Amino acid sequence: MIETRRRPRRTLSRVALSGSVLCGLVLPAAWTGQAQARDLRIGLAAEATSMDPHFHNLGPNNSLRRHIFEGLVTTDAAMAVVPALALSWTADDEHTWTFKLRQNVTFSDGTPFTANDVIYTFCRIPLVENSPSSFATFVRPFESVAAPDPLTVVIKTAGPLPLLPTNITALGMLSAKASGAAGPVAFAKGGCTGMGTPPKSIDFGNPKVAVGTGPYALKEYVRGTQVVLSKNPTHWGAAPAFDTVTMKPIVSTGPRVAALLAGDADLIENPAIQDLPRIEAAGFTVTKGLSNRIIYIHLDQFDGAGWKTPTIRGTDKNPLLDKRVREALSKGIDRKAIVERVMGGVAQAAGELLPFPLSGTTKDFPVVPYDPKAAKDLLAQAGYPNGFEITLGTPNDRYINDEKIAQAVAQMWSRIGVKTSLDASTSSTFFTRRNTFSFSAYLAGWGADSGEMSNSLNSLLLCFDPETGRGFTNRGRYCSREVDRLTIEAMRTFDEAERSALLRRASALAMADYPLIPLHFEVTPWATVKSLRYTPRIDQYTLAMDVVVVK
Amino acid sequence: MLTYLIQRFGQALVTVAAMATLVFLGVYAIADPIDMLAAPDATPDERAAIAARLGLDRSLLVQFGTFAWRALHGDLGRSFVYNESALSVIVQRLPATLELALTALVLAVAVGLPLGLWAGLRPNAASGRTIMTGSILAFSLPNFWQGLMLVLVFAVTLGWFPAGGRGETVNVLGVETGLLTLDGLRHLVLPAVNLALFKLAVVIRLARAGTREAMLQDYVRFARAKGLSPARIVGVHVLKNILLPVVTVIGLEFGSMIAFAVVTETVFAWPGIGKLLIDSINRLDRPVIVAYLMLTVSLFVVINLIVDLIYAGLDPRVRLSEAA
Repeated sequence: MIETRRRPRRTLSRVALSGSVLCGLVLPAAWTGQAQARDLRIGLAAEATSMDPHFHNLGPNNSLRRHIFEGLVTTDAAMAVVPALALSWTADDEHTWTFKLRQNVTFSDGTPFTANDVIYTFCRIPLVENSPSSFATFVRPFESVAAPDPLTVVIKTAGPLPLLPTNITALGMLSAKASGAAGPVAFAKGGCTGMGTPPKSIDFGNPKVAVGTGPYALKEYVRGTQVVLSKNPTHWGAAPAFDTVTMKPIVSTGPRVAALLAGDADLIENPAIQDLPRIEAAGFTVTKGLSNRIIYIHLDQFDGAGWKTPTIRGTDKNPLLDKRVREALSKGIDRKAIVERVMGGVAQAAGELLPFPLSGTTKDFPVVPYDPKAAKDLLAQAGYPNGFEITLGTPNDRYINDEKIAQAVAQMWSRIGVKTSLDASTSSTFFTRRNTFSFSAYLAGWGADSGEMSNSLNSLLLCFDPETGRGFTNRGRYCSREVDRLTIEAMRTFDEAERSALLRRASALAMADYPLIPLHFEVTPWATVKSLRYTPRIDQYTLAMDVVVVK
Repeated sequence: MLTYLIQRFGQALVTVAAMATLVFLGVYAIADPIDMLAAPDATPDERAAIAARLGLDRSLLVQFGTFAWRALHGDLGRSFVYNESALSVIVQRLPATLELALTALVLAVAVGLPLGLWAGLRPNAASGRTIMTGSILAFSLPNFWQGLMLVLVFAVTLGWFPAGGRGETVNVLGVETGLLTLDGLRHLVLPAVNLALFKLAVVIRLARAGTREAMLQDYVRFARAKGLSPARIVGVHVLKNILLPVVTVIGLEFGSMIAFAVVTETVFAWPGIGKLLIDSINRLDRPVIVAYLMLTVSLFVVINLIVDLIYAGLDPRVRLSEAA
């Protein structure tokens, strides 16, 4: 039925297009129905802000970067740390990491990749000008970086850094030569030598500067319009399925879906959940994968002198300081209903901050069950038989259906006697208000970039401390000395099994205290034409080299 | 004439300065750009470092002073997001929007004027009535909905045109244009039609009203009595007279098409400056927002001036004087 409807349209468009073929536009093979697909056109939900791999630590930038600039270490679809340009790595002692590099790796311009390029990259990262979100934090702890031979890199750090391999998955390797360093580069804290004149961020729009070892090389970059990548014939790994990849940013969801349906794109990121049935009915494939992003509600638990929680009425005290009230609010939420009705089934109810099997998570971690009666009893025990009034803050354009989720929560809370009103605002204002503690309760999301629990705990639940930067997104200011102790110990532990055991304990201990209310993990959808398959990634990246052709 | 130009220039400067001040303060009041720029897990130190680099750690007065001083020297600041001069970020996107707006303008006038004339000459015929009904439809449809319908019908269902994007461009004298490639033109059709429909309806209505009024004027009767052919009466005398209001409105509409094609650019993923403005507002990229709006104001001032000059050319009674 669908096929018969679509067929005549293809013929028509081929007629309309025949002229542009003459103009040099190559018709994508998948589109003309040939067995071999050679060109891939991707509709992106967000555009990278720069081609410089070290300019902006942001999802779209990091996703694009992986095509061109590989790291020493990388993460797979499940965010496990796996070898890339380094074959192996060991912690010699608490301050020393040694990386053995892969042999016979060349950059796309044909020059060999060696330890000198690694040192150059680590040296260049802090030199990026006006980075809105810098990668320098990953190299700042490096005391020295040395290359005893061209295929070995030894990094010494000031303090113990068990997560160093995870941290450097974010750092794409530059070619020292293509970047203008003629000879060997020597690492020195505060200023390397032998760097030449490092390229500026804007220079990376030029394919001659954007030289990496990745499966693809940059062919063309027009900001706001498209990025074109071509296969790197000298790549060491498995050859990707496509010769050319064109990525176009189509930021609004409606037009992005239209581009797929109209045959302008072969793969799109993040179609709107409500469009998924339609996309499938039209004969396209939708793949969905769990992400590392949790949607949660944080509750103001600050008890500093003179602090009055801002958006609670009907009581003089802050009821959220009472664990029974937090438990009641958590039990008053029907997560199943939110997942099924608000999220259309495209989400997974959450019990802790990261989904299993990421490091530091527990299999089948219990999700707080919906129990409005128990919630009312707990409120009564805590001295609020008639509830209280609260305003729930939420962004309305940041997370999938964020405002609708908050609306559902507000209704559910009102049903257990906590009269809830909503304060929804656009994310640019929401996050500033959140960071200035303007909400007693707010909905937000957190994606753990490192793919392991210490990142989530460190950001969301460790005691808020502007000095150390711990608990920086813990704007409910929950604070437990024991959770802090366990997490900080884990962050110093080199043994992976030992560290994840500590993190599991810290997470279980924290969640039993209802420090915040986990709602669900977002599930990321991708939609492709029938002939393609994309394996969903927890980090939500769209990587052309992972797109495969099926018959 | 010279006095007139100098006066207009002075007015323009005041408008641009007032606009810049308002927008700068307005964007400052919205929120702190650091919250949007920094990685969510950035430490306070890193955030402070970013703020220092972008000058956001200084007081509002100092920030505004710096901005004003640089603006006087022709530097509108660097984009927070792209680390490029805000003006060049905008100028890179300008050709796409100009191309779209110009095509839409040509469409609106080339189709609207003849239809309006026809409807004015035959107000009671079925054809005239149909044109008028059509024009009501064209300017009462919401722009975004109309755009989505165009995509649905002509891209998704029929597959005649691409659903969005700009298509292939060629470099002509340093400007990337899609007007010279078939692929570029195919991409241009739907967004240009979407942008043009409303203006088209306005042109039809203006032309019709003007024609009906003009046909009753004495000079038309005289021309007819003199034995001029109907084609000459309508094509030269009537047309010239009805053009005045059309030129005024089209001038203003052209400005708004360039500055606020946001809806069309969003629906068709057209990489123009409207989309840049929306993205910049969402990311609180203040230098780009301010520069964009300053540019827009200047654009309107220039267009108004051109409209006045065309006016003077069309109507010999109009004199450009100080009393603007």
